[in-house]
Amino acid sequence: MRTLFDRVWDAHVVRDLADGVSLLYVDLHLVHEVTSPQAFAGLKREKRIVRRPELTLATVDHNVPTGDRSLPIADAIAARQVDALGSNAREFGIELFDLDSPGQGIVHVIGPELGATQPGMVIVCGDSHTSTHGAFGAFALGIGTSEVEHVLATQCIVMKKPRNLEARLTGRRAPGVSAKDLILALIGKIGTAGASGHVIEYTGDAISALSMEERMTVCNMSIEAGARAGMIAPDEVTFAYLEGRPRAPRGADWPKAVERWQTFRSDPTADYDTHVRLDAATVGPQVTWGTTPGMVADITARVPDPAQLPSENEREAVTRALEYMGLKPGTPLAGIPIDRVFLGSCTNARIEDLRAAANIVRGRHVSARVRAMVVPGSQRVKAQAEQEGLDSVFREAGFEWRNAGCSMCLGMNADVLGAGERCAATSNRNFEGRQGRGGRTHLMSPVMAAAAAIEGRLVDVRGW
Amino acid sequence: MTPFVRHRGKAAALPRRDVDTDQIIPKQFLKGVDRTGFGASLFYDWRADPNFELNRPEAQGATILVTGANFGCGSSREHAVWALAQYGFRAIIAPSFADIFLANCYRNGVLPVHLPAAEVETLLRRAAGGSYEIDVDLEQCSVSDDRGFSARFSPDPYGRELLLRGLDEIGRTLLEEPSIAAYEQSHA
Repeated sequence: MRTLFDRVWDAHVVRDLADGVSLLYVDLHLVHEVTSPQAFAGLKREKRIVRRPELTLATVDHNVPTGDRSLPIADAIAARQVDALGSNAREFGIELFDLDSPGQGIVHVIGPELGATQPGMVIVCGDSHTSTHGAFGAFALGIGTSEVEHVLATQCIVMKKPRNLEARLTGRRAPGVSAKDLILALIGKIGTAGASGHVIEYTGDAISALSMEERMTVCNMSIEAGARAGMIAPDEVTFAYLEGRPRAPRGADWPKAVERWQTFRSDPTADYDTHVRLDAATVGPQVTWGTTPGMVADITARVPDPAQLPSENEREAVTRALEYMGLKPGTPLAGIPIDRVFLGSCTNARIEDLRAAANIVRGRHVSARVRAMVVPGSQRVKAQAEQEGLDSVFREAGFEWRNAGCSMCLGMNADVLGAGERCAATSNRNFEGRQGRGGRTHLMSPVMAAAAAIEGRLVDVRGW
Repeated sequence: MTPFVRHRGKAAALPRRDVDTDQIIPKQFLKGVDRTGFGASLFYDWRADPNFELNRPEAQGATILVTGANFGCGSSREHAVWALAQYGFRAIIAPSFADIFLANCYRNGVLPVHLPAAEVETLLRRAAGGSYEIDVDLEQCSVSDDRGFSARFSPDPYGRELLLRGLDEIGRTLLEEPSIAAYEQSHA
């Protein structure tokens, strides 16, 4: 009896090496400007080639400016890195969605958008949020730069098979509760290392009820629970999303592909190493209060009191986090004033996210104390939103409407928090300094961030 | 890659859990195109605090880092391991590590040592006292000191081999060319 992950793994084993380690074939290698230059330099130094350039896709996303694209990149070091990817892509024959391309965007947004991400694939990228692609039933994992070089040269990765964790989410979500809330609640439950050494398969009716984009949000944050990857078995929702996309199979190939994709599922009696359950009906809108995604609570809760925690380790970690976040134990989360709002990132900057947020802000105005920005996940998402008039909704409400990139999720470009600034963010990490040195991040769903922008404080979107 | 067989060195204590790679090397240092020059930026934001553990006199010259659970979580940035190695760390001892960080360590000559939390606590206490050296032996899979501490660890066998032999992993995989080509043919 095999799981979805077993099936995808087994289909990609080139050879079993010693000690349970396998050489695994990679179907799609996504490349971006920040974690690849040293890998290409290594190839050149050793006079090696890219084995399958046609299975490799590159874009610039991490350090690119999201303002006026007709201007040169102001940051000379970032510009050099962007140029390096351009010349490496040309030299090695890799397709590149460059800064002026209508297909440019966050690597984990454009793969699915193109239909390049498909069920049953092994997908790698030098980025931890590669887990996003697992929403299609792919085994998709983040790797380091040395492994990027290894995949470029060999089209394979060497790894020991991770264990398999089933996260079964059941029950009906309440109105105002998003996919983001489900994954934050799960991380809160199992902790930031709760799935270490595991691939998570998300199952249950609360998962199958999700749209494709919502499933991407869930799988995206698997890494925040320490997982090697997250996966969801492909179904009709998956196939409907992929049909007609530029890189998806066409014509007579389409039904054959769907037939094959349908085999990527877990047997009803499949064995998982670990099980976790979450009742989606009990989950409310979530907000992080600390400096890891696991430091999260329902918006109706209060900032925890470290003194109440059982272990010295936890007391220290929470005390440190609250000090960094400038929060006092016992403070209600709803009502905490904010300075910035970031609607963006590979977690929550797809068209459905923008539509949901636009519905909240339509006809209203951002609080006078807040600077709010929307950074679409890709230029295609941006164009689609503009076609639907969402850009006007956001602009009229006082949001900045920007170009695609990772932006303030990690603050590698000019989009950063100032020291002490508090931000409602739809991204995936609230680590110290992540969005800017001294910046304070509260992670939440797009509708929660949109409502916070209007009120200038954290609010329960269910009251809207 | 520099092989790792056995190392004796001064230990520094960083008694924090969930240390993420954003702390190990903040994003502003990821814009380069080289693998060098990261050591000075290790824990950049934390080092601005004079009381930060690695700024203390007893931590100067340390080559072994003893720290809390889930070390290296978050971003896949290999720059974190480059920064640790270039700062001078050869081994990191913790109750647990994040998966991508582990894979990056094996490929950069840095040995991650898993020990039970209670044993790490002992090492943390001793390292915080200063002038404390630890022996790490990857052949024997053992950690010891001069005060009677002795423990064994179970490294990932593949990672251990990469470290012991300082292997060029790509060169090794390229020897599998016939298997890779056969896989490609059967899946064309």
